[in-house]
Amino acid sequence: MSEQGPELASLTVGDVVASRAIELDRATLVRYAGASGDFNPIHWDEGFATEVGLPGVIAHGMCTMGSVIGVVTDWVGDPGAIVRYGTRFTKPVPVPARGTAVVDVVATVGAVDPDAGTVRVDLTVTHEDVKVLGRAQAVVRLA
Amino acid sequence: MANTQPDTAFAGREYPATEPYQVGREKIREFAAAVGAQHPAHHDIVAARGLGYPDLVAPPTFAVVIAQRAESQYVADPAAGIDFSRVVHADEKFEHHRPIVAGDELVTILHVDSVTQRASISMVTTRCEIFAAGTDGAAPGEHVATVTSSLVVRGEDS
Repeated sequence: MSEQGPELASLTVGDVVASRAIELDRATLVRYAGASGDFNPIHWDEGFATEVGLPGVIAHGMCTMGSVIGVVTDWVGDPGAIVRYGTRFTKPVPVPARGTAVVDVVATVGAVDPDAGTVRVDLTVTHEDVKVLGRAQAVVRLA
Repeated sequence: MANTQPDTAFAGREYPATEPYQVGREKIREFAAAVGAQHPAHHDIVAARGLGYPDLVAPPTFAVVIAQRAESQYVADPAAGIDFSRVVHADEKFEHHRPIVAGDELVTILHVDSVTQRASISMVTTRCEIFAAGTDGAAPGEHVATVTSSLVVRGEDS
């Protein structure tokens, strides 16, 4: 469906296809809580978060996961082309009361499957140089 | 809550299909805005139709909204023994058999794939199979998505 999107034949494993710095602040987390229905107070209540042993309010893992995939959507030009997407949540992203937490994402071609017409895009997602998502991979169908 | 651990007897359990979830345009726009997804197919019907879709396309992780509702049948059941203040999300996986679009009416069949314990750490894995709702109370139709989620539950002394 992505007529002007990337072409499978032109991609090689290891190609960096996109990168972005994403800023998360407390308002982002409140907005995500409302949009997703995940109202766990560790994502908005500092006192609660510290009582359960966290360094402070942390981002929803799903907020980070949902935010970083945008680089792949924008690269391929068609959100419906992302047929699989999975990750492990390896480290929390603390979000300060003022200012932002910056999450860096780099998208690299991890595998090309000409028979299936798909490419696996591997996402390296870090906060302050620490990996926060593990094995974050999206399989994208290219026309 | 006394030293509860997830009840391993729930492994293999399958729940009946949920009530239909109606995917709304404004919900797709709201969710897309929350994750900073600016692609026009999430926001602009003309753009979505230009890509061949009948309506706005949901972002790749939107199905979590539907899946978490279904999962609550299990994780919020006191008999399951899951102390949510001790839960950490371990991993999440989406498989889209076709994109979710505004106007979809979707039902979910929740499976508890595994409940395992090692020392005082437990891991539970759930799988939500999301289908187009059958019309007039018929059986679920087209298979739309599979959402797999694993939670780690820390015991009292960990």
